Amino acid sequence: MARILRLLFWVLIGRPLVLVVLGLNVRNGSGLPKNGPAILVANHNSHIDTFVLISLFPLKLLGKLRPVAAADYFLSNRALAWFTLNIVNMIPIERAAKGKIDRNADPLEACVKALQAGEILLVFPEGTRGEAETLAKFKGGVARLKEQFPDMPVIPIYMHGLGRVMPKGEIALVPVVVDVFVGDPVPWSGNRADFTRAMEEAVIALKAQAPTRAWR
Amino acid sequence: MSSLPIVDLDMAPNVAAVIVAVYGLLIVASIFTWSLARRRPEKDYSELRARVRTWWVIVTLFAVAIALKPIFAICLLGFMSFLAFKEYITLIPTRRADHRVLFWAYLTIPIQYYWVADGWYGMFIIFIPVYAFLVLPARMVLIGETEGFIRAAGTLHWGLMTTVFSLSHTAFLLALPAAGNPIAGGDGLLLYLLLLTQLNDVAQYVWGKSFGRHKVVPKVSPKKTVEGLFGGIATTAVVAVIAAPFLTPLTRWEALVAGLLIGAAGFLGDISVSAVKRDLGIKDSGNILPGHGGILDRVDSLTFAAPLFFHFVYYLHY
Repeated sequence: MARILRLLFWVLIGRPLVLVVLGLNVRNGSGLPKNGPAILVANHNSHIDTFVLISLFPLKLLGKLRPVAAADYFLSNRALAWFTLNIVNMIPIERAAKGKIDRNADPLEACVKALQAGEILLVFPEGTRGEAETLAKFKGGVARLKEQFPDMPVIPIYMHGLGRVMPKGEIALVPVVVDVFVGDPVPWSGNRADFTRAMEEAVIALKAQAPTRAWR
Repeated sequence: MSSLPIVDLDMAPNVAAVIVAVYGLLIVASIFTWSLARRRPEKDYSELRARVRTWWVIVTLFAVAIALKPIFAICLLGFMSFLAFKEYITLIPTRRADHRVLFWAYLTIPIQYYWVADGWYGMFIIFIPVYAFLVLPARMVLIGETEGFIRAAGTLHWGLMTTVFSLSHTAFLLALPAAGNPIAGGDGLLLYLLLLTQLNDVAQYVWGKSFGRHKVVPKVSPKKTVEGLFGGIATTAVVAVIAAPFLTPLTRWEALVAGLLIGAAGFLGDISVSAVKRDLGIKDSGNILPGHGGILDRVDSLTFAAPLFFHFVYYLHY
């Protein structure tokens, strides 16, 4: 049932919203993974970001797309939790900063399982929606996963324009054509800190291709 | 004028005949570009061929819309305004503080096209130039950000005037009383306008490519030439005179003026959008139409030609 609702939602609402109301201008779309396991790492400015990443892929991959997001935010009320778990098909992650995390539990366990099942993770390594068109420091979770799955591609994505569509704190959606830049897979560099930095630099390099017009 | 019917399937035979003729032109263009690509395999004609293929889609969309006039056609034209306005908003720098103002600006599109569907000419003609012009800057002022205020209010209104107000004149042709154009109705006028503006674009391009020597406005659009401009306008005027008795109430002399008006206005609309893009350092306004660029690149000439043609016909025959 949830699968049918999910398909209906993306065919009737999610994808038309992204592809028609906003409109995508994808560069190097052939660089997107055709199958899992894989991880997309993208900058994060708006709730619509997840919608855009999902709409980049053909519908037949819909069941394999797993956005990764903060449990404390998205599971905070029942309606939102139902939507994010069933329709967005999200993997909830416990954020470390709360201070009451069970140190024995691995917060990435669900991600590892998804990758073993050949799914594609959609991750925002900044950890939160920042100010439009500025990148926050990346967190280290993706590097841990890459270490466990060395052959899995980690693909950097830069999305430009979403900060104008629906910035943090706004509920009105303003249609703007979104530029999406797809980069080459980030190679494993031997250790986690270097890999995280390489990911960040790959996204910054994509950002440099983006037009400079923006909020003033 | 009163509210329009939802669907009026009654299509004048002349309108149907002209649509068939346009498909004939498309077939000729497809065969021509196909044979060109075959005869000279060393040259890349993929963009030209993509452009012709896109024409097929555009013509079919409008043929269906005109067949299902007026509401479906009005919705399609409103959607065209939406896409053009969205491209414009994407191109221009906007202020973070104006987020909600931009949302209100988008809302003017369905409202403006509602006045068209309602046949309320008085409101249609002042809604954007008066009400949107006053209300949107007022909303900006109440937000309280003064830095860049005049630029934000000015650029926003320029976009609404061209992509919404001007383009909606195409739709209002469908709301004109049938008595003004007994042979082909409002859809005949719409078809005439669209045919001539698009033909004018193609003719200016072909004349310029073939005989272009002297640049008209090198700073704005280095590819536009005097030869292309006048060859194009002349071609448009000739076709305007030939097509007028089938689609419009215009006399021969009126049709000649209409053709010159559409040719010249089309050129000015085209280079105005070029100037916007040049100001912002952008080549194409988008990538939605393969071989053409964005919607704004396709309707740029219409933004100037539509209101001028509308008021020319409206003054003479309604």
